[in-house]
Amino acid sequence: MKWLRVLSILLIVCMLTISISSSVDQTSHAFSPRVLQKGSTGDDVIELQARLQYIGFYEGNIDGVFGWGTYWALRNFQKEFGLEVDGLAGQEAKQKLIDATNYDKQYVKKQINSGKDFTYYGGTPKEQQTEPSPKGGDKKKDDGPSEPTSVNVPTGYSQNDIQLMANAVHGEARGEPYVGQVAVAAVILNRVESSTFPNSVSGVIFEPRAFTAVSDGQIWLEPDETSKKAVMDAMNGWDPSQNALYYFNPNTATSGWIWSRPQIKKIGKHIFAK
Amino acid sequence: MIRWLLIGVLAVGVTGTAVWGYQEHQEKNAILVQAENSYQRAFHDLSYHTNLLHDKIGTVLAMNSQKQLSPQLADIWRITSEAHNDVGQLPLALLPFNKTEEFLSDIGEFTYRTAIRDLNKNPLTDDEVKLLENLYKESGKIEKELRKVQYMVLNDNLRWMDVQLALASDDKTDNTIIDGFKTVEKNMEGYAEGDLGPTFTGASQQNHEYQFLNGENLSEEKAREKTKKIFEIPQGAKVTMTKSGKGAEVPTYSLSYRSDKKNGYMDMSVKGGHPISILVERDLKEAKLGLYEGSGKAKDFLEKYKYKQMENFQSTQYDEVGVYNFLHVQDDVRIYPDSLQVKVALDNGDILGLSARDFLMNHHKRSIKDPKISEEEARSNVNPNVKIQEQHMAIIENDLNEEVLCYEFLGTLGESTYRIFINANDGIEEKVEKLKQAEMKFE
Repeated sequence: MKWLRVLSILLIVCMLTISISSSVDQTSHAFSPRVLQKGSTGDDVIELQARLQYIGFYEGNIDGVFGWGTYWALRNFQKEFGLEVDGLAGQEAKQKLIDATNYDKQYVKKQINSGKDFTYYGGTPKEQQTEPSPKGGDKKKDDGPSEPTSVNVPTGYSQNDIQLMANAVHGEARGEPYVGQVAVAAVILNRVESSTFPNSVSGVIFEPRAFTAVSDGQIWLEPDETSKKAVMDAMNGWDPSQNALYYFNPNTATSGWIWSRPQIKKIGKHIFAK
Repeated sequence: MIRWLLIGVLAVGVTGTAVWGYQEHQEKNAILVQAENSYQRAFHDLSYHTNLLHDKIGTVLAMNSQKQLSPQLADIWRITSEAHNDVGQLPLALLPFNKTEEFLSDIGEFTYRTAIRDLNKNPLTDDEVKLLENLYKESGKIEKELRKVQYMVLNDNLRWMDVQLALASDDKTDNTIIDGFKTVEKNMEGYAEGDLGPTFTGASQQNHEYQFLNGENLSEEKAREKTKKIFEIPQGAKVTMTKSGKGAEVPTYSLSYRSDKKNGYMDMSVKGGHPISILVERDLKEAKLGLYEGSGKAKDFLEKYKYKQMENFQSTQYDEVGVYNFLHVQDDVRIYPDSLQVKVALDNGDILGLSARDFLMNHHKRSIKDPKISEEEARSNVNPNVKIQEQHMAIIENDLNEEVLCYEFLGTLGESTYRIFINANDGIEEKVEKLKQAEMKFE
């Protein structure tokens, strides 16, 4: 029976080394090589936030978006660990983090994919840091890349503003060249800024008779990705209309008055005017 | 037998259709009434607010002490905003009514500025009193005309839905309401922005319209050459170039190209040939570069086109795109009005866009004086609960559209981050901004 015992010990040792080596593998290759900075999003930001939370620097949500909370946490970490304080997660900072913390990828991913509120502080049992799972278990995969649970939005606007404007732009300017769509979005934003129009995105869009797409219901068509991209560009400061407040299609314009506005330029079928 | 059956079926069918039709008709009427009511409400509110406006400006003219003046001016500011909202809810978008709207916003602007001013130190000047008298007179005209329209609407039972139809069909038939509003607007034509005098400089955008743009005027030929250097126009692309019309703030050439894979667009000032706005659109693949590498590409691009001493003060990743906001830095002072944006594709590092409008409008060499108060003093003017983490010197444009030198502090309070500007000459808290956090996804 001796050989059996030897064999089983051998087997156990084998399995242990495999598991150890695989776990070592996981930690050393965990971070992607790119440098993270404020504004970054992605899988590696999730890891950065989890590791910073593990040692108590980061108190916000682990959401995969490198925001101000993560920025200050990283700076404080750099200060305390004697690194250059620049708010950039480069190789050195990442290595220090890997040395100082544990990252239970499976646990974090599972929580994110199940959509539960959770934290990841080291030294606290994980069961206390998450909501109890409903019976039946999750069907989603627990490993593999997770999508960030938050999203960057241009300053001063919300996701819903983007959606509403994308609807308007799609209804008004689908089929127009891309810049033409950005310009239409920019006109909406110029009106919000202007003192002679309502002061909100929704106010401008729903102003009676201001946009034909609103009057005839085309605004409720499902917008495509292009119109969303155009809206984001306009919100981020691009204005191909050059500060226009009006635009019209010369073939279908019903009002004679609109022709009296000083014209700026024509993009696609639309004439943009002051 | 069959005949009776048929008659029965038909009879049921006819009554069914009649009932259905009647119900539809009722529903349609209910909706029309609802729409009409919301127009009516906005209209009567507008009339009420202009009455109030006229009265309030009248009382201000009679007031003397600052203690009473400031709240009254603030109140006028609020009422103009309400009146403005009412106008926005009426179906007037295709009717020339902008003079009146401008008038309302001018009153708002003037009263806001005077309300926040310390009137004990700087009392109303003679010019300002004269201006108020003028505003009083003009608002009286609007009040009178609107009252007239209101009377007719109530007396003759006029409906706003008819206005909407009349405007939509653009027929020249008489519509009492439209005529009334046209009279209001006509009365306003005598009133021009110039009437506000030198104390009143208007909205900030008008303050500095590309006055520092340098260089020679470019011919169309030269401009075309220059755009080729900035754009890599793909072979076989269709290129068009146009010159801006007379409504443009600054004359520009607009060049665009379209090819199968890429579309590009650029506005370039005629004077000096500065690119104001560049946009390239194409399908993007998965991001290979990080935001950090992208910022390097953006910096290289700016350096290549002689934008010197630019600091990347904010960067944001939107899926496969990185958007970078840059500020000009002069003598270690961040110049917020001189800002520009660069967009980088994170799949291969191409520049997808540049928006340099603010920069070109404002940029010039400023003479920056030494701050009169120390950093310590400025710090003591920040809310003590805010934990200051970073500081800079900065020039910003304040509420009165003046450029002021400030201490800029970045600090945290709870989970939020704030950007606080303290005037470096008198310690006034010029601006406090709560900085944007990422938004939770709802999907």
